[in-house]
Amino acid sequence: MQFMASKQPENSLLGPESDSQRTLYPYVTGTSVVALKYKDGILMAADMGAFGFHSPSSSLFFSCFVLEVCCFKRPGSYGSTLRYKSVQRMKPIGKHSLLGASGEISDFQEILSYLDELILYDNMWDDGNSLGPKEVHNYLTRVMYNRRNKFNPLWNSLVLGGVKNGQKYLGTVSMIGVNFEDNHVATGFGNHLARPILRQEWHENLSFEDGVRLLEKCMRVLLYRDRSAVNKLQIAKITEDGVTISQPYSLKTYWEFSAFENPAQGAIGSW
Amino acid sequence: MSKSVIETPPKGGFSFDLCKRNEMLAKKGVNSPSFRKTGTTIVGLIFQDGVILGADTRATEGPIVCDKNCEKIHYMAPNIYCCGAGTAADTEAVTDMVSSQLQLHRYHTGRESRVVTALTLLKRHLFNYQGYVSAALVLGGVDVTGPHLHTIYPHGSTDTLPFATMGSGSLAAMAVFESNYREGLTRDEGIKLVTEAICSGIFNDLGSGSNVDICVITKGGKEYLRNHLQPNPRTYTSSKGYSFPKKTEVLLTKITPLKEKVEIIEGGGDVMEE
Repeated sequence: MQFMASKQPENSLLGPESDSQRTLYPYVTGTSVVALKYKDGILMAADMGAFGFHSPSSSLFFSCFVLEVCCFKRPGSYGSTLRYKSVQRMKPIGKHSLLGASGEISDFQEILSYLDELILYDNMWDDGNSLGPKEVHNYLTRVMYNRRNKFNPLWNSLVLGGVKNGQKYLGTVSMIGVNFEDNHVATGFGNHLARPILRQEWHENLSFEDGVRLLEKCMRVLLYRDRSAVNKLQIAKITEDGVTISQPYSLKTYWEFSAFENPAQGAIGSW
Repeated sequence: MSKSVIETPPKGGFSFDLCKRNEMLAKKGVNSPSFRKTGTTIVGLIFQDGVILGADTRATEGPIVCDKNCEKIHYMAPNIYCCGAGTAADTEAVTDMVSSQLQLHRYHTGRESRVVTALTLLKRHLFNYQGYVSAALVLGGVDVTGPHLHTIYPHGSTDTLPFATMGSGSLAAMAVFESNYREGLTRDEGIKLVTEAICSGIFNDLGSGSNVDICVITKGGKEYLRNHLQPNPRTYTSSKGYSFPKKTEVLLTKITPLKEKVEIIEGGGDVMEE
């Protein structure tokens, strides 16, 4: 986990414009996305907050990437401020897919631009075929892995779900190109907090209400325990008929445990 | 041969003299042996009559499981138990030490120990060592003031909570608690919830595994359910059991029931209990 603060001349090892163009650390990030397969398709949930990222010296994530980095104070950084409260982190792709992303928002927008182009070129063939979720997932994997190999990653964890010809598909791609397909996926903190719940309570052929209830259960735990979670979320549904993204709403939380009211009850003056 | 600096013996606490030497050795590629950690899931919750503590039973040494069935719920007092996560030696030593201190205190005052006493003794000790005593504890018990549940972090901070989880599997267990906990659980519901939380840790975290231990503490007393649930039995066991090869001649069979040779002292069972 060591990286050296370097002066300009030493960067020549990596090429003339080695440092200036690479993503060194994310600036504006969204937190976890949780998704599951249900009877008619895919349900996906994500909250709508985007935080500025705290200073590079304290994070674990960079160790896998950065060889040399210039650690100087960045002006205009948001720190851990909740800067944007209405970011839509789930978008429909083509006719059959839904993409959700956590991580750097600007990289997500870049990915959307790539996918736009991909879908456009596909439509221009005008051959009656359209790219399904499996194909889009594969494309995303190649893009992410390729960028990672060039040491210039798109700092996102993506969730791609969709239905085509009755086949449901749900997959995920991480920022280093790790991809897999499963009945339920989550990014970021969702891996630790939501997946244990999903592993226990997911089953084949969930109804829409059950699926939403399960997703809300996971999002509530994330709201309690993830510091960058925000209580304003959207749930997106994709079926054979298309994509529906719900209006933003909040979850009910419970704070009335008696131990919270007077924690020092056993010993006055303690904490 | 005169020394310009007279070396005085260290006054107490940790002596960090060997740290430089360790760093130097590490640079040369000498790996220090890894600590036996109880990469763990430990939980506690308050139910209507008292406290329930739960723990898994796997102890790891780096990537290897060194003890498949260790005990992580330590005795502090007849009415107070403590689960420990982190370095196994640290949790054992610290809970043992505070348990002895509590016993002496009980003799001194003639009263039942209180949970806040154990809490204060533990946090003072851990803070004193600035986090180097790597013990993360879930302390629970019932005393005259009621049921209490606390978490203690290696640096010495504490929390008072209605439900708590610690260890590497704490997020998986906390996911279960946050979705299913409510106040006023009955004993069976509480045990079921604790078991679910520990199982969540066992199956979703690599540092936790094997069996589930439970300890239920109420005003009336305590119930230590060792290996309450064993969700990871050996998959393939020989159904025939072990039999000696046919050629062995049995000369003499003598069975000595050992129980009769042990005297049972009524009421003295708690002394030296681990």
